[in-house]
Amino acid sequence: MKVTIDNISIEVEPGTTILNAARMIGGDIVPPAMCYYSKLEGSGGKCRTCLVKVSKGSEKDPRPMPKLVASCRTTVMDGMEVQNITSPEVIEARKGVVEMLLINHPLDCPVCDQAGECHLQDLGYEHGAAKTRYEFDRRTFERIDIGDKIQLHMTRCILCYRCVFTADQITDHRIHGILNRGDHSEISTYIQKAVDNDFSGNIIDVCPVGALTDKTFRFKNRVWFTKPVEAHRDCDKCCGKVTLWYKGEDVLRVTARKDEYGEAEEFICNTCRFDKKKTSDWVIEGPRKISNKSVISANHYDTLKPLPVVKTNPLLQQANKEQFERETRL
Amino acid sequence: MGRKLLLEHINVPGINTFDVYRSKGGYASVEKALKTLTPDEVVEEVKKSGLRGRGGAGFPTGMKWSFLAKPEGVARYLVCNADESEPGTFKDRYLMTHIPHLLIEGMIVASYALGAKTSYIYVRGEMMPQIRILEKAIAEAKAKGFLGTNILGTGYDLELYVQPGGGAYICGEETALLESLEGKRGNPRIKPPFPAIAGLYGCPTVVNNVESIAAVVPIVNEGGEEYAKVGIGRSTGTKLISAGGNLKRPGVYEIELGVPVEEFIYGDEYCQGIANGKRLKAVVAGGSSVPILPANLILKTINNESRLMSYESLADGGFATGTMMGSGGFIAYDEDQCIVRNTWNFARFYHHESCGQCSPCREGTGWMEKVLHRLEYGHGKMIDMDLLVDVSKKIEGNTICPLGDAAAWPVASAIRHFRNEFEWHVTNAHEVTTRNYGLAHYADPLPLLEKAEA
Repeated sequence: MKVTIDNISIEVEPGTTILNAARMIGGDIVPPAMCYYSKLEGSGGKCRTCLVKVSKGSEKDPRPMPKLVASCRTTVMDGMEVQNITSPEVIEARKGVVEMLLINHPLDCPVCDQAGECHLQDLGYEHGAAKTRYEFDRRTFERIDIGDKIQLHMTRCILCYRCVFTADQITDHRIHGILNRGDHSEISTYIQKAVDNDFSGNIIDVCPVGALTDKTFRFKNRVWFTKPVEAHRDCDKCCGKVTLWYKGEDVLRVTARKDEYGEAEEFICNTCRFDKKKTSDWVIEGPRKISNKSVISANHYDTLKPLPVVKTNPLLQQANKEQFERETRL
Repeated sequence: MGRKLLLEHINVPGINTFDVYRSKGGYASVEKALKTLTPDEVVEEVKKSGLRGRGGAGFPTGMKWSFLAKPEGVARYLVCNADESEPGTFKDRYLMTHIPHLLIEGMIVASYALGAKTSYIYVRGEMMPQIRILEKAIAEAKAKGFLGTNILGTGYDLELYVQPGGGAYICGEETALLESLEGKRGNPRIKPPFPAIAGLYGCPTVVNNVESIAAVVPIVNEGGEEYAKVGIGRSTGTKLISAGGNLKRPGVYEIELGVPVEEFIYGDEYCQGIANGKRLKAVVAGGSSVPILPANLILKTINNESRLMSYESLADGGFATGTMMGSGGFIAYDEDQCIVRNTWNFARFYHHESCGQCSPCREGTGWMEKVLHRLEYGHGKMIDMDLLVDVSKKIEGNTICPLGDAAAWPVASAIRHFRNEFEWHVTNAHEVTTRNYGLAHYADPLPLLEKAEA
């Protein structure tokens, strides 16, 4: 199937979503996604940051779709034409969504443990929506203890449901979920139970903001002062492939390896994450490459390379000229 | 007198019982459909009738039925949406209370047409009396051989169940209803897939409103073409209107679509005018989720044509000068009613009922409510009106389900048509704060209202 996103065309398999088609092209035209997580079945469609305009439905039915659609949940049709950053309507809607998300998510990045790794921080910055016009009291929460490894900050939660899907799909039992409805919704455990199963630590990795943080790491350092290193070990529970975050000689944090969209490549178990913090526990593979967009990559200069799909497709090179040139310039 | 197709026998004593209902020709459509028509022929009749969904969206019912996937060996379901929760709308519960067998008859015929062997009537949890009435009626129909196995010896089997809901407005949205019916939290599903492909338990499902299903009975009895002769243009048949607000005679009326709005408000057969000799100020024509219109625009279109009670005429002018038929919840406001207060009240409702799944609705409905609250209580700012319009635009069309639109439209339309009233609340904060206003609290009546009266 052929789909065209912001004037760049690509052939994709039937059933591919617009977001994933855009990811195959790569670059600036990839819509942001706060709730979609490719490794979690059924995720997406909730945060509405990935809204795009379908200006042509398909070759068979070229009518535009009447409303903006969530690109993470809308599958492509043959001949579909999509506008993302080329549509002012999309940019305006997305800016509105960011403003809504910031109503109950304080921009306290200087104190938040997620700073430097927060997708909402990036999104707010990209859309110039660091402020919201909301003037009323923000919602506050009593502190909820969900165990000795994970800290829940409900004030920062944007209710993306990723952690709920994670717990539902990769742990042996889910004991946390969404309580209440509307803007009273909150992530909580069943009568203040602890989240303690073997893979529960992954809910920290999937959280796009600082609502779920690692108690063994939080406030020990800022991520941009740490050095990410890829390592592995033989683990009987998970793949054992992780990123170690060093400060000097010390491993401060262990996380799953994240791809360019901030998604875990493979989920890891709690033993690897929380209990193996000695270099001797691991076989070191080498430094982890971090996107040059990330604050973590400050001072780590690297030559940007065009995405494979752009390099192999002359049409894409032509259509994506501006981005291609920018990357070459860099 | 307008023609009655649903409520013709509503005043017959005992019409809620099987025997009386049957004596008045009840269940004839079941006999006709099961014995003389194929399921596809029934669907064809409904298509011919031009019936449009009576729950609010107005989508052609026959077309909706024809979208139903029919894979081999997979169950199909018909679900009746009786979760009537739209503020201002109370026609379905009236129908279920007084003539429950009409709905059950419609369910049997519609289930037959769709090939459903199990069907559900999903009733709002608070409506316990109606739930009991329906359960009794189903038991009667089953005892008489109209439900269960081998109905009327035709070989068709159907089990019909009444399922009480949890009492959340969002469960009236068809996919949230299906989630609720499956025993889950009533959150809307992301479409596609549509229920016609993957609905209840992942099987092809049709969800129809109570009134839509009841309308299948006269369609089958009289034929689709005959039904289409009633009404006007693409608005065929009759419609139940639940009229409320400051009307002299509020209630549930069955109207032939195409009746002039003026006749509906002032006519002797219907509402008989505004109560206490007041003037009409505004109307919400189709339940709280549709745009409000000032008196002049509800009585006449922008082209100075008489506004009719039809899908097309009410929508004439788009959202700038028109509104929607919606669910038929017709709320009239007299000149004393405060539009700001009313708008805040609606916003409060939608804020409370938002499921919270998607960001614009979850956060935006609360934001609008808080701004309206401060306007209503004399703490508003002149910029609030623009803020509200902007926030409503950010919600509209960007949410998973139509609840976002339902929350945005009343606010945007109220400011569009009654901006001076909102501004009055800002400039006369003292009167507003001390609640020292009431009757006709404008020094200067609305220009639009003046025109309407002229």
